[in-house]
Amino acid sequence: MRRCRMSILKNMLMNHRIVVTGMGVVAPNAIGLEDFRKALEEGRSGIRFLPELEALKFGCQVAGQPPLTDELREQYFSPLELKSIQASGIQYGIIAGTQAWEDAGLSIPGKEEEPDWDSGCIFGAGLAGARIMRDSAYLIDEGMTKRLGSTSVPQVMSSGISAHLGGRLGLGNQVTTNASACSTGTESILMAIDRIRMGKAKRILCGACDSSGPYVWAGFDAMRVTNRRSNDEPEKASRPLSASANGFVPGSGAAALVLETYESALERGANIYGEILGGFVNSGGQRSGGTMTAPNTQGIVRCIQGAMKEAEIQAGDIDAISGHLTSTMFDPIEVEHWCKALDRWGADFPYIYSLKSMIGHCLSAAGAIESVAVMLQLQHQFLHPSLNCEDLHPEIVKLIPAGRIPSQTKPAQLSIIAKSSFGFGDVNSCVIFKKIN
Amino acid sequence: MTTEEITEKLRTIIEPYVEEKELLNDIKPETDLLEDLKINSANLVDIIIDVEMAFDIEIDDDAAERMLKVKDAVSIIQERVEA
Repeated sequence: MRRCRMSILKNMLMNHRIVVTGMGVVAPNAIGLEDFRKALEEGRSGIRFLPELEALKFGCQVAGQPPLTDELREQYFSPLELKSIQASGIQYGIIAGTQAWEDAGLSIPGKEEEPDWDSGCIFGAGLAGARIMRDSAYLIDEGMTKRLGSTSVPQVMSSGISAHLGGRLGLGNQVTTNASACSTGTESILMAIDRIRMGKAKRILCGACDSSGPYVWAGFDAMRVTNRRSNDEPEKASRPLSASANGFVPGSGAAALVLETYESALERGANIYGEILGGFVNSGGQRSGGTMTAPNTQGIVRCIQGAMKEAEIQAGDIDAISGHLTSTMFDPIEVEHWCKALDRWGADFPYIYSLKSMIGHCLSAAGAIESVAVMLQLQHQFLHPSLNCEDLHPEIVKLIPAGRIPSQTKPAQLSIIAKSSFGFGDVNSCVIFKKIN
Repeated sequence: MTTEEITEKLRTIIEPYVEEKELLNDIKPETDLLEDLKINSANLVDIIIDVEMAFDIEIDDDAAERMLKVKDAVSIIQERVEA
């Protein structure tokens, strides 16, 4: 009896259709939705050689950094805000979040008005405050702690980005930051869906950000997981799915999505980009081959299958996959486990691509930026190219024909795209996006 | 430094922290930094750092707590500049 009631309750909640009504993006190859869509269609690379990384003797001296100008900064921040918000990731996150909120046609309460109690923010971050912490450390060590002033904490605390967005937009529901390494952005979307479906919020601004620069990227460089061989060819450096992939290219940026129920979107006459059917997060537990840095492949398969179950779709419904595909030796293993999870092989396999081929691996922000790209592709019915994989990895060729990986932009009939992200700590996430009918 | 010179320099230091710029037009010795200029209280510590650097002085915690009105700030700065 109790079980039955629980399942009725679950059905009621799960029946809430979740739609995306606003988006914003600050990516290495474009800022703002309109230019980002153009960049995707052009296959525009955002990877550049950074002399700062050469001077610091980094192995990988190329990276993806959003082309943020002073002019654009002044458009979003007052001089006082620019004085107190210097962490690039927090700037990216605020710009993307504000863009998404405005794009959704939502208003911002005035300073003396009530906050919007029904709207919240679950916005992920990784090492957004790294440079600020570094600068602070010098002052602290010299006995000048006083000089940190009031701006250090709101930039270096993990929840810095959600705290800034919540205040700026006057959000009165849950305002928090999630963190699950490179799975963060995708996870934030799933956490937002959960909160809305539980009836605890009407809408959530979700997404993620990460800062640019050596203090964020150094640890990865030291682990030798980045590409150290393409410093003279930045645009060729991020090579997901290729035989010559030998490390990821670090990136940075932010993306934001406004999620709400279909009813709420209809009620306020909002523009709807697309629907999110559901998804799944899990961990491989760092068992059966899984470690801090390598996945337990069983966890990946279960995550993808869990996402399909939550979304109530069959494997055959998936038209394309926005892979995690970072440009490492793990790419062929990822493709193999997509084949296994979907039980679709060879020519029957969906399209698969990696946006990281254009923008590098934007770490915590990756899943959010890639999800915005998915929504744009569903809305405008095209596939952007997966660059730099002319020399497909032989293990991948054994699994799927080359034609399943778009080498050029092409119009495509797309109804459902699956997006996965995997992160250090053996954590996984997978979201199922659908074109709105 | 004269009181006027210090007041003028102080005005340029606090200017970035005042969001409603028109409030800066009518600065008097009695002007309260938080009440009248609507400066965020968290920014007081930033203003103190800026003052210390601009005048090359040190403001201890007791003095910092007394810096509520423009006249307090000016006299605290004046004492230290002349010291």
